[in-house]
Amino acid sequence: MDTAKRISLEKQATKIRMGIIEGVHSAKSGHPGGSLSITDILTYLYFEKMNIDPKNPRMEGRDRFVLSKGHAAPALYSVLANRGYFSVDELMGLRHTGALLQGHPDMKHIPGVDMSTGSLGQGISAATGMALSAKHFKENYKVYCACGDGEIEEGQVWEAAMFAANKSLNNLIVFIDNNHLQIDGTIEEVNSPMPIDQKFKAFNWNVILINGHDFDEIERAVEEANKSTDKPTAIIAETVKGKGVSFMENQVGWHGSAPNDEQYAIAMKELEEKLASL
Amino acid sequence: MSDIKKIATRDSYGNALVELAKTHDDFLVLDADLAAATKTGIFKKALPERFNNCGIAEQNLMGVAAGIAATGKKVFASSFAMFAAGRAFEQVRNSIGYPHLNVKICATHAGISVGEDGATHQCNEDIALMRTIPGMTVINPADDTEARMAVFKAYELDGPVYIRFGRLAVPVIFDESYDFQIGKGVELKPGNDVTIIATGLMVNEALQAHDLLLQDGINARVINMATIKPIDSEIIVKAAMETGAIVTAEEHSVIGGLGSAVCDVVCAECPVPVVKLGVYDTFGMSGPANELLDVFGLRAKNIVEKVHDVLQLKK
Repeated sequence: MDTAKRISLEKQATKIRMGIIEGVHSAKSGHPGGSLSITDILTYLYFEKMNIDPKNPRMEGRDRFVLSKGHAAPALYSVLANRGYFSVDELMGLRHTGALLQGHPDMKHIPGVDMSTGSLGQGISAATGMALSAKHFKENYKVYCACGDGEIEEGQVWEAAMFAANKSLNNLIVFIDNNHLQIDGTIEEVNSPMPIDQKFKAFNWNVILINGHDFDEIERAVEEANKSTDKPTAIIAETVKGKGVSFMENQVGWHGSAPNDEQYAIAMKELEEKLASL
Repeated sequence: MSDIKKIATRDSYGNALVELAKTHDDFLVLDADLAAATKTGIFKKALPERFNNCGIAEQNLMGVAAGIAATGKKVFASSFAMFAAGRAFEQVRNSIGYPHLNVKICATHAGISVGEDGATHQCNEDIALMRTIPGMTVINPADDTEARMAVFKAYELDGPVYIRFGRLAVPVIFDESYDFQIGKGVELKPGNDVTIIATGLMVNEALQAHDLLLQDGINARVINMATIKPIDSEIIVKAAMETGAIVTAEEHSVIGGLGSAVCDVVCAECPVPVVKLGVYDTFGMSGPANELLDVFGLRAKNIVEKVHDVLQLKK
């Protein structure tokens, strides 16, 4: 990736992080930690990779994305708003009564959301169904999906993993946001799904390990995944929960709580400084 | 009785899928390692490329079905009622119901008439579970004709549908002139003394009860209520007003099924006594299906008893 493109993506990702903080602060609830950890991956997919049209969210043959870790909705919403699916002003209505942006992704009402998710383990099955549909009806689109590392404690994830591999769904690319934290503690403490890479390999997936905050690595992984001829791909992304906001990074307490006014001001100042430095 | 044609509605389902596929190429069929039993195997044999076995993994089955529907296609997803409505309830609610996707959940082996497999496989709760999901249409066909028509109508309907089929061969009641409409009850016998509202295999028992009651001088109206949701409140209110007493009959728990759905309407719009016949808050047991229907009191004579009970309450 050339420097100009990378800097452009980093700027975009920083703006998206600001949208996440604004939304969660306005809602006084939500999940900033896991939203900030998946931001760079979503930024790459929506601003660089996916065949989509914000003016025609249900475009035939478009690439699909399923946020299986649906609680990271603030990240998806900020990406969609910044990509032009709806006004960035909507982010301030996150989780508010009667507003567009529900606490978890809602495909029926929110432009650009390809699947309603939020109950963990279910999105990857839906993504698998989309990939199967593409194969059967001879369409060329790709299906991208993002799961949390804690989420893969759900048994349904492995039902989907078994099925996707057995159906040779090479058009399915699943990111595992390996930020190491879930609500009650570290994933190792709670019910360790490690080693994640070996589990997916044992389920006959193509497995790629990356730094989930490095756009070069994200791009190379997606390009490699798109070359898979017979297997679905799991891109296991080493990430930092709360990435980009110093006091949120690697802190389990920021899984599901909103910043107060003072914390909001600090977070926004940090992100503005980051944006100015790029 | 031996000359009456009997067909299990699960067979009707498998046959209907093949028929539907002759004119529609925009749907797939999924199963969870029960194709021989649910009769999606009939479809698999005819159109193997449009059939997918998801293996013994019902949660993923429902999610995959949701994903296919989210791409704008239609899909029939099958397993036993216990696993489709029970095990995968939350997947049905959140991945299919909430986004109102075009998944037709066709569940077989519902109720006590599963027979020998016993309590773990006899689902008497599926109607109750499915009708709590907003936007879910719930259909419980009475015979081969209605089952096939239900499959065709469900395909045409935009949104999720749950259809309940049985394992046991049951008499064919309706001929091709029968007009099945989703959301419409059908009056099969006129009568003004009392109304019997039945669903599924209890419809045939209700027709027999009608004849038995005539011998006692009681003229019972018989209504077939194949669609449990949305319930036909118009035909219920009319029956309540004109006959003043209702018996409901279902091969399902009396908690949350047809009887409850009828009571919801009657209580709110035209209070008259309603007595529910069904499975009374108990698990099933192993045995031949026809013996179990006797043991659990799901017969015409039991409907007759309930009619006498409700007539005691009628003002």
